[in-house]
Amino acid sequence: MGYVAVKGGESAILNAEKLVDYFRLKGETQPLNVKAIKEQLRLACDKVMSEASLYAPELAALALKQTEADTIEASFLLRAYRSTLSRIGYSEPVDTEEMFILRRISSAFKDIPGGQILGPTRDYVLRLLRFELLEERKEDKEKLFPKIDEDEEPPKRIPKVINILREEGLLPKPKIKKDEKPYDITRCALVFPLPRSGILQALARGEEGAMMAIAYSSMRGYGDIHPTLAELRVGFVPLKIKHPLTGEIVKVGDILVTETEIIAGKPTETGEDVPQFSLGYGLVFGHNERKSICMAMLDVTLKTENPKHPAEDQEFVIYHIDSIESSGFTNHWKLPHYVTFQSDLDRLRKIQKEKRKND
Amino acid sequence: MIKGYNFAFIDEYAKREIRRKILKAVSIPGYQVPFGSRELPIARGWGTGGLQITLSLIGKEDILKVIDQGCDESVNAVNIKRFVKATTGVSITTDTLKATIIQTRHRIPEEELTETQILVFQVPYPEPLRLVEPQESETRRMHAEADYAKIWVYLYENIVRWGEITIGARYPVLVNGRYIMDPSPIPRYDVPKLNYARTLYLFGAGREKRIYAVPPFTEIKPLEFEDHKFRIEDFTDKCCALCGSKDTFLDEIIDGDKRIFTCSDTSFCKKRRKNPNIPKSSRKK
Repeated sequence: MGYVAVKGGESAILNAEKLVDYFRLKGETQPLNVKAIKEQLRLACDKVMSEASLYAPELAALALKQTEADTIEASFLLRAYRSTLSRIGYSEPVDTEEMFILRRISSAFKDIPGGQILGPTRDYVLRLLRFELLEERKEDKEKLFPKIDEDEEPPKRIPKVINILREEGLLPKPKIKKDEKPYDITRCALVFPLPRSGILQALARGEEGAMMAIAYSSMRGYGDIHPTLAELRVGFVPLKIKHPLTGEIVKVGDILVTETEIIAGKPTETGEDVPQFSLGYGLVFGHNERKSICMAMLDVTLKTENPKHPAEDQEFVIYHIDSIESSGFTNHWKLPHYVTFQSDLDRLRKIQKEKRKND
Repeated sequence: MIKGYNFAFIDEYAKREIRRKILKAVSIPGYQVPFGSRELPIARGWGTGGLQITLSLIGKEDILKVIDQGCDESVNAVNIKRFVKATTGVSITTDTLKATIIQTRHRIPEEELTETQILVFQVPYPEPLRLVEPQESETRRMHAEADYAKIWVYLYENIVRWGEITIGARYPVLVNGRYIMDPSPIPRYDVPKLNYARTLYLFGAGREKRIYAVPPFTEIKPLEFEDHKFRIEDFTDKCCALCGSKDTFLDEIIDGDKRIFTCSDTSFCKKRRKNPNIPKSSRKK
């Protein structure tokens, strides 16, 4: 009676849980320090926070530790934790011109007001394994940073590249509706067509790989958006909320974000007198340039009036980029399906029987 | 109980929202009500829709039963019970008649449920029309206009092509003469139990973010043609190898080169082993 063994019951589950910890810790090394993960696996933590849509660096590091750096599972842990927190309000819109910039580039113009700031990037590094890191020591770290000058003045407010294009009438002016409430997909189920705030929210919490695959399909040939990267910036932005009692705007902290603005270089009717370019926008938690670029690309493709390709189809894109949903359902096929399979068997046998009888 | 978490895990505002959506679902039988489905520490596709309904309704006095494919001891059922128990401390039972809330995946228990109970279904695909139409906006329109031609044609073509309707589980039903509904992947055997039942049936789809309901004493008709009637699974000449029942849904088990059958409803099977004459319904005929 083989399959009945699947009913392992409680003790089997408990033992499986123990085994997971055993495999996580059976090696010779000390248990990982969460702080070290937070500091040295910075980008993994950022990815987890972004896909979980919860800004909590330490908990993201914990989730990575607990899941042995299975980032999709780690995002899932953090997303689940998110459900335990009450929504007490919405922040004020973030002004990214106030960003404390770590990195800022534009591929649209050679020189831009405020200058190109390369910042921490591996874009131009030779992708060679650095074998010396196999034995990296504390002294090596000290040699790298002999002295850090903390008195340097923080950079000033740096204007946006797209504002120059807006002033020239090449891009449409933003239509700001005051006090418009965002469509919140964590509180309302998806409806189509989804308002843009809902689309941006879904993209901001989407899984990088899934988004990149779909955005790439559009860049490669299933669509034509002719993108140019107007500006990409990485840095800390102040987060402000309206105080629930006094009504005053107060700063509650800084968050690290990556912002991308993409120009779709195809003349479009934007409601102005003359055709203009259109804009795609990406903003994600943490330092994640790929995801931010893909978000901006998809923001462009999803505005296509008569969708022809997958990347242009709202339902196709929005329903399939959330890794918490897709990984959960993928894994559920491991659950027993013997009742449903019994029903299917019954149908096939009946059909076979009828067929044999008639032949 | 585990420390640091709200009673029944999700926050009270979320529970209130879900309860309101349930009320709407009960008011419009068979209509899929969108809701703000929360993430749980259980994965999507593993019963999070049903679980959110259970967590929103459950109180300290409730007695919970959870089954997966009819079985109380199946890993997923055990896991869900463990989670609800850890965050609420409620009592757990395997006895269908003692439970106040029963959460189920793919079965309706053999013993007839009563007015004092709620059956919560875990739903993978809430949309019965997905079979014939991939777009959500289009299926919503079809429901709004009761434009169900496509699914009828699908069933008809099935019969022309195969001589049979090929849908095994998840057989579409018409609720209260208005909405076509996916009864979740219960076998066809369980579909008639939905019709004019004494119990409130609630359906939750976590990933697809929909709640729907069949209130007590509602007409449920499986889709069928005058000359091609709906049929349940055929267990003629078979009985449970453990309790001998001939009137229950059976699981087929491969035993060497033989096939044996046992009750899918394990709790009822245990009762029948003690007393083979226990009826499925307490209702007086």
